[in-house]
Amino acid sequence: MALASVLQSESVDFSNYGRQRHGFASGLYEAELGLESVGGDRLSFALSTSCSNEDGPDRKIEFLHGTTTLAFKFQHGVIVAVDSRATAGSYIASQTVKKVIEINPYLLGTMAGGAADCSFWERLLARQCRVYELRNKERISVAAASKLLANMVYQYKGMGLSMGTMVCGWDKTGPGLYYVDSEGNRVCGDLFAVGSGSMYAYGIVDSGLKQKDLTVEEACDLGRRAIYQATYRDAYSGGQVNLYHVHSEGWTRVSQSDVLMLHQQYQAEKA
Amino acid sequence: MFATQVYGDNGKMKEYHYTGPVEHRFSPYSFNGGTVLAVAGEDFAIVASDTRLSEGYSIHSRDSPKCYKLTDTTVIGCSGSHGDCLTLTKIIDARLKMYKHSNNKCMTSGAIAAMLSTILYGRRFFPYYVYNIIGGLDEEGKGAVYSFDPVGPYQRDTYKAGGSASAMLQPLLDNQIGFKNMEGVQHLPLSQEKAVQLVKDVFISAAERDVYTGDALRICIVTKDGIKEETVPLRKD
Repeated sequence: MALASVLQSESVDFSNYGRQRHGFASGLYEAELGLESVGGDRLSFALSTSCSNEDGPDRKIEFLHGTTTLAFKFQHGVIVAVDSRATAGSYIASQTVKKVIEINPYLLGTMAGGAADCSFWERLLARQCRVYELRNKERISVAAASKLLANMVYQYKGMGLSMGTMVCGWDKTGPGLYYVDSEGNRVCGDLFAVGSGSMYAYGIVDSGLKQKDLTVEEACDLGRRAIYQATYRDAYSGGQVNLYHVHSEGWTRVSQSDVLMLHQQYQAEKA
Repeated sequence: MFATQVYGDNGKMKEYHYTGPVEHRFSPYSFNGGTVLAVAGEDFAIVASDTRLSEGYSIHSRDSPKCYKLTDTTVIGCSGSHGDCLTLTKIIDARLKMYKHSNNKCMTSGAIAAMLSTILYGRRFFPYYVYNIIGGLDEEGKGAVYSFDPVGPYQRDTYKAGGSASAMLQPLLDNQIGFKNMEGVQHLPLSQEKAVQLVKDVFISAAERDVYTGDALRICIVTKDGIKEETVPLRKD
C-alpha cells in the first residue's frame, strides 16, 4: 500500500497488514466478511495493539473492564462468586453482566479483565470441550480444559489480551480449580480472587476459611460476603452478587443478590 | 525559547500555542458523533438515533441516520466512526444473505447478535470503532435489545443508550424504565405510546447538552406488523 509506506507510522504498520492479506487468496473472501477464526491455525496479527488506544484528537476507544471474582474449594465442592459491573473508563456500562460463563453442566469459567477477551475465548473453550467429549466419549477434566484455554491465549501473549479467568469444575479426581490468565499463567489452587477488588475479597475469605469444615450454607454466605465487601470498597465492582456452587452432580446457581439489598441486610444484622 | 511560559494563578505554567515541533500521526479512526438508543417492550422494540454527522468542529450532514434495517424483525443502530459503521453494516447484510441461502430462513435477533459479536472480535487488534445496539423481536415475539462494545461482548437488556450522549441518556432511562432509585413506585409495564414519547423527550434533552447530537431524530418501531419509521426535528444549533 503506497500510502502506508509514505507515512511511517510506528504503531499501525499498514504495509505488513496488506502483505499478509494478499498472501491468502482463498482466505481473502472469508477474512473480509469477518469469517476468519481467531484460532491458532490462522495468520498472526502484525499490528501493535497500541493502535487500539490511538484515535482522533479527543477520543479513546474504551473497552469494558474491572471486576471482582472469587472461587474457593471446600469440603463439598467449589463456590464461585462474582460481581456484575462492567466499566468503560470511568463510565459504568452495565450493572447486570454475567461474569460466570457456563461452559457445560459441570464446568464454569469466570470473567475478569477485558469482557470481550473473556467471553470470546471461553465460548471457544466450550466448543473445544464439546469436541473433546465427542471424540473421547468421556467428559473433559478440569486440568485439561484449563490447559486448552491457557494454550489458546498463550499464542497471543504480548499482544494486549486482558483476561484473568478461573476454570472451576468437578471431574473424576474431585473438585478442580485452576487460574488461567492472558500472561500465560496457569495454576491449580484452593482459593483465588481475581480483579480490581480481589484484595478486599481475599481478606474476607482468608479469615472465614480458618474453620476447616464449612457447610454449604456457610460457604455460600462467605462467598457472598466477600464479594459484597469488595464492591463496598472498590469503585469498579458493584451491581449484583452471583453465586454458584459446583458439586459432584455439576453446578447449581445458588443466588443472585443486589448489593444494595445485601448492605441493608448486613446493617440490620449488625444492629 | 519560542514558548512564552507564563505562571498562572495556581503556580502551574501556562503554555501558549506553539511549543516546539509536534509529531503528527495518521490515525485510521475518526469520531463522527451521534447517539443511538433502543428500548424493548412486551411486543415491540424501538431503535432511535439522531441524524447529525459531525467531525471535529464541523457538521458533515444533517440527514445521516444511524439506524439500519437488517431484517423484518431487527434494526441495528451504530454510532462512532462512520466509515466503520458503513463497512460493518455491509458485512452484516452479506452474512445475512449467506445465512438465508444456506439455511432457508431469516436470522433471528439473538443469532444476529451472536454473529456480530464474533465479527467484531475478529478485529480484536484493529477494532471497528462502532458502538452497536440491536433492537428487535425474539422468536417468541417479545422485544429484545442487545448492546455491544467495540470488540464484541454483548448482553441482552431492556433498554440501552450508546454513542456520544449515552452517559446523559442512560441514567434517565434507568430511572424512568428501570425504576431505579425510586421507592414506593408501582412498576408499570411500558406501553408503546409512552415509550415513543419517552424516547422523543430523552433525545430533546440530549440535543440540549451534547454538541454531537441534534438536527433530527429517526425512530424505528419494530412490531410483528413490520417496521415503522418516524422522523422528529431536533435542535439544529
